[in-house]
Amino acid sequence: MLSLNNIEVVYDNVILVLKGVSIAVEAGKITTLLGANGAGKTTTLKAISGVLRTERGEVTKGNIEFDGKRIDGMRPFDIAKIGLVQVFEGRRVFEHLTTEENLIAGGHVVAQASKVREGIERVYSYFPRLKERRTQQSGYLSGGEQQMLAIGRALMSSPRIILLDEPSLGLAPMLTEEIFGIVQQLRDKEKLTVLLVEQNATLALEVADHGYVMENGRIVLEGDAEKLRQNSDIKEFYLGLNEVGTRKSYRDVKHYKRRKRWL
Amino acid sequence: MDFDFTFFALLMTNGVLIGLMYSLIALGFVLVYKATDAINFAQGEFVMMAGYLAVLGAFGVNFWLGLIVSVLGMAAFGFVLERVMLRPLIGRPVVAVIMATIGLAAVLRGIWPMLVGVDTYNITLPISDEPIELGPLLLQPVQLFGAGVALAFLAGFTWFFLKSRMGVAMRAVADNQQVAMAMGINVERYFALAWAMAGLVAALGGVVWSSMLGVDTHLALIGLKVFPVVILGGLDSIVGAIVGGLIIGVVESVAAGYLDPYVGGGTKDFAPYVLMILVLMFKPYGIFGKRKIERV
Ligand SMILES: Nc1ncnc2c1ncn2[C@@H]1O[C@H](COP(=O)(O)OP(=O)(O)O)[C@@H](O)[C@H]1O
Ligand SMILES: [Mg+2]
Repeated sequence: MLSLNNIEVVYDNVILVLKGVSIAVEAGKITTLLGANGAGKTTTLKAISGVLRTERGEVTKGNIEFDGKRIDGMRPFDIAKIGLVQVFEGRRVFEHLTTEENLIAGGHVVAQASKVREGIERVYSYFPRLKERRTQQSGYLSGGEQQMLAIGRALMSSPRIILLDEPSLGLAPMLTEEIFGIVQQLRDKEKLTVLLVEQNATLALEVADHGYVMENGRIVLEGDAEKLRQNSDIKEFYLGLNEVGTRKSYRDVKHYKRRKRWL
Repeated sequence: MDFDFTFFALLMTNGVLIGLMYSLIALGFVLVYKATDAINFAQGEFVMMAGYLAVLGAFGVNFWLGLIVSVLGMAAFGFVLERVMLRPLIGRPVVAVIMATIGLAAVLRGIWPMLVGVDTYNITLPISDEPIELGPLLLQPVQLFGAGVALAFLAGFTWFFLKSRMGVAMRAVADNQQVAMAMGINVERYFALAWAMAGLVAALGGVVWSSMLGVDTHLALIGLKVFPVVILGGLDSIVGAIVGGLIIGVVESVAAGYLDPYVGGGTKDFAPYVLMILVLMFKPYGIFGKRKIERV
């Protein structure tokens, strides 16, 4: 449904961040893109949604296809119109708008006002908590509520695919599980396709069907979520567990990486 | 000295009526700043240009024709200006936009007298100029007319931003351009709309103002009132523009009424700025300005 074919992304004409990334996202599935901080995950999503250009970034090689149509080079609001929406890292709700106004803005591409109303009710049915907060200024919602709103707002345009950037960031594990559960429901009931970017590999691989691991602007591992869960490298690096089951610090991981390279 | 209540009430009423006009013109500034982050130093010149357009459009006979020409002309001017001058500056430092609008202001002030001469033209509203008695107060019909127009449009804009989908989208653009874009909102189209609205309110204000002062380059001086108003109310607040306009209108009217006899005039022109400086010192975002929301 969505495929990135060997893309390179450069910021400011000189900073090469993605170095030939290929990803295929299957319709009706949750595909996860894992990787440490700075690997290039957010850049990948921005390349797909087209907002890269607003940050002086550019796809310099390869191409991105959505339903067989090339979308790299298209303007972000045109990409949103054909059914592809990004949910940004850090939620980025329209702070000064109320919960419901955020949803109305999310439904901007929908022509009929009655359809927007229906969309709002549909979002409330998945996230009842948002309904309770409908008239509240969204900047003052809790982190979890803001994440729900960011996802709900993206759903308003009835997209066929959403790109989720680290929805677990800064949320308590229980909340993250709740939100991931809803994402699964959306896949099952609405046939929504999801590209889920995460640092929290444990949780992501529990809900995903397929996964990619990115390191330093390259895809280094790919496979069924089930298989990736069993992979010992993944366990070591991204699930953060070593043999005795203790959490490894980032520094340890880096250390290990360096050693491995010399071998 | 006895407190003359009638005199005070007259100053207050005058202040409120003039203040509403300031609000309307300041609204143009606020709309542009809110939606596009651009600071328009040419809002006063917009008002002046609107006056000239109204004079030209009326052909000396039909006020309403002049009004229509001015309103449509200014809205179109704002729209085209965004396309031609402002859009290429997107992403450049704020100073670039400020300089561009200051330049534009100078160009407009120079070019209009070149086109139509340096005479002062008059616009006559199709209403009587008999003062209206309200108890002990005498009110100028033109001021009432101006205040009525201002109120109607301020109410209209408030409705637009709170209740219409386009208005909500425009506020979303003001909040976060990148995210708005990713939600399918054509951000640049809303920039153009904001500039067109700035032109529109300048036209409304310009026509009423012209009928009081006549049309020549001095009309642009009303731009100087915009800054105290928006600093007081908050650069990005519509409610702030309304309240700020009222406060500035009242302050200058009352200050002029009581102080001018002692200092020989001119209080009106600097009192708003004294207030502006005080506000900047103690309430830098203005009364209603947007703060960055910090959650705990
Ligand atoms: N706008 C930008 N301009 C220049 N470099 C950037 C920009 N955004 C991200 N980068 C760089 O690209 C790399 C990848 O960043 P990012 O895609 O945000 O990674 P991730 O989301 O995996 O943490 C980082 O080294 C970062 O510094
Ligand atoms: Mg990121």
